Amino acid sequence: MSAPAINNRFLKWFDDRLPVVSFMQHELHEYPTPKNLNYWWNFGSLAGICLVIMIATGVVLAMQYTPHVSLAFLSVERIMRDVNYGWLLRYLHMNGASMFFLVVYIHVFRGLYYGSYKSPREVLWWLGLVILLLMMATAFMGYVLPWGQMSFWAATVITNLFSAFPLVGEPIVTWLWGGFSVDNPTLNRFYALHYLLPFVIVGVVVLHLIALHKHGSNNPLGIPHKGPQDSIPFHPYYTVKDLFGLGVFFIVYMALVFFAPNMLVEPINYVPADPLVTPPHIVPEWYFLPYYAILRSIPDKLLGVIAMFGSLLILFVLPWLDTSKVRSARFRPIYKKLFWVFLADCIILGWVGYNPPEGHFIVIGQIATAYYFLHLLVIMPIVGKVERTRPLPDSISAPVLKGAHKEKA
Amino acid sequence: MMMRARILAAAVTAGLGLALAAPASAAEGNVELPKQNWSFNGPFGTFDQAQLKRGYQVYGQVCSACHSMHLLYYRNLMDIGFSEAQVKEIAAGVEVTDGPNEEGEMFTRPGRPSDHFRSPFPNDNAARAANGGALPPDLSLIIKAREGGANYVYGVLAGFTDPPAGVTVPQGMHYNKVFPGHMIAMNPPLSEGLVDYGGEPKATVDQMAQDVTAFLAWASEPEMEARKRLGIKVMLFLIIFTGMLYAVKRKVWANIH
Repeated sequence: MSAPAINNRFLKWFDDRLPVVSFMQHELHEYPTPKNLNYWWNFGSLAGICLVIMIATGVVLAMQYTPHVSLAFLSVERIMRDVNYGWLLRYLHMNGASMFFLVVYIHVFRGLYYGSYKSPREVLWWLGLVILLLMMATAFMGYVLPWGQMSFWAATVITNLFSAFPLVGEPIVTWLWGGFSVDNPTLNRFYALHYLLPFVIVGVVVLHLIALHKHGSNNPLGIPHKGPQDSIPFHPYYTVKDLFGLGVFFIVYMALVFFAPNMLVEPINYVPADPLVTPPHIVPEWYFLPYYAILRSIPDKLLGVIAMFGSLLILFVLPWLDTSKVRSARFRPIYKKLFWVFLADCIILGWVGYNPPEGHFIVIGQIATAYYFLHLLVIMPIVGKVERTRPLPDSISAPVLKGAHKEKA
Repeated sequence: MMMRARILAAAVTAGLGLALAAPASAAEGNVELPKQNWSFNGPFGTFDQAQLKRGYQVYGQVCSACHSMHLLYYRNLMDIGFSEAQVKEIAAGVEVTDGPNEEGEMFTRPGRPSDHFRSPFPNDNAARAANGGALPPDLSLIIKAREGGANYVYGVLAGFTDPPAGVTVPQGMHYNKVFPGHMIAMNPPLSEGLVDYGGEPKATVDQMAQDVTAFLAWASEPEMEARKRLGIKVMLFLIIFTGMLYAVKRKVWANIH
């Protein structure tokens, strides 16, 4: 499908000097997209919109926030009480982080199910993982800014993880803190980085999109498109489908913001930070719980830290750990079941991470941690080799064309 | 049909993600909190202004002897139905330290509506010294800052009982059904008829505990009513608009399927 020529004289003149109009036409209108994408493919563009919402609300919040240990908590409450619609901005930002992670996790698991990380999309997958890591760093530092009890103690616990490394550990922690405890310099640098990193994420998102547009989207069948009959232009088909998905997303997001804005935060974070009082039960935000469970499942601190970071870094080699030639789990009867077991395993890890490490939670956490690595390091390479996959269709539109043949005959 | 099933699946996944964090309120403490039927519960819940005013009366005459509410201004009381003149009178009833004046001296003056609620103690150490070592927490955010929220605070206020047989209460402590560990330094703050409600309703311990808890709930979330009102409009708009987007999507895709 070729784009219509630019008719407007001014746009034509402008495009001749800065080709933004033809760029948009190329990347949105002509960009061929598989015609069979299901609703799980909505979560990529949703994640992009989450990023925009977070930056927009964050910039306005930054105009009212004060990064100082004696004023941070008060300035957040001032936003909540005295700034016009400040409560709305803050609740949008705070719950926006949870929605962003929810959307991105669904996006990642969609990639896992349909094998979107496989050749030729390995670099696309890497860039996505880099975005996830940057998001985690950004979210962690953002959580510290209100300087409540959980902000302070999360910052203390997480930065202390680096002390597990021999020799360099302690100097790294001092360097991260900018002193000998979590204090004003820590809050200041976290604020600076919390403002900076989202724009780094924007940069990596651009690279993610460039890598995506090189080979186009994967699709639920996991087979490449073979001709114009397999694809449709992104606009208007997927713009309108994404807009509908956005509407559904907003219904969930706004229900949270307006009717349960504090459901996902620990109440104790409404108590100002006190370095002399340790909360009885330190837990991270829900989106960090599985990693927290992995960290605590391993009795040795250094090995725990390595396992926690390893659980994410290992995903970078996933395109080679998965030895199957077939992308989509639809045609992989064994992997399809294992995918759901793996998802359940991640949710169990989250549940264990939420609960105090006592009694049966320790054992369940250790089994779930072991299975996490077993799935990625052992099961995936073996299943890819031994599994008998179901026959792939000839092309994306094959069933449709077969129907057409029958009509002709 | 297929599509509907997928949307449902997406919604379920979203719900799952949220549910993951939901047990937050259930985990802490093993005490069953007395669930009250608060007027501000639920998506349509609002504050009962008469109750908030009674609650302020309880705070002002009882709690404020030890507990600060430093995030509130006297002017905020206009939001719960006090007139400007009444607020001026309430504010003028406290002495506020101001200054320095032109001679460089600090001085005291009567409070104004633009002043923060006066704190009973100049600092935490003074508060501890006056309370046998225990720090009475600031109450500005107490409902948001405790597991169980209003039910918990009400539970503590109405939860003073004699200790069960075999439990000894140390000197300066009191037995409380709801407080974590059951030993609380606070004296039972309420007693029948302690605050003059002017006849109706009767100032029972339970009534005063409910009223002051409602007042504290408002103080924690003064934006709650505006938030829910706006939320209803936003949800109605989104549901209709998303329905329209679905129709447009169907129309655009009609020639593809």
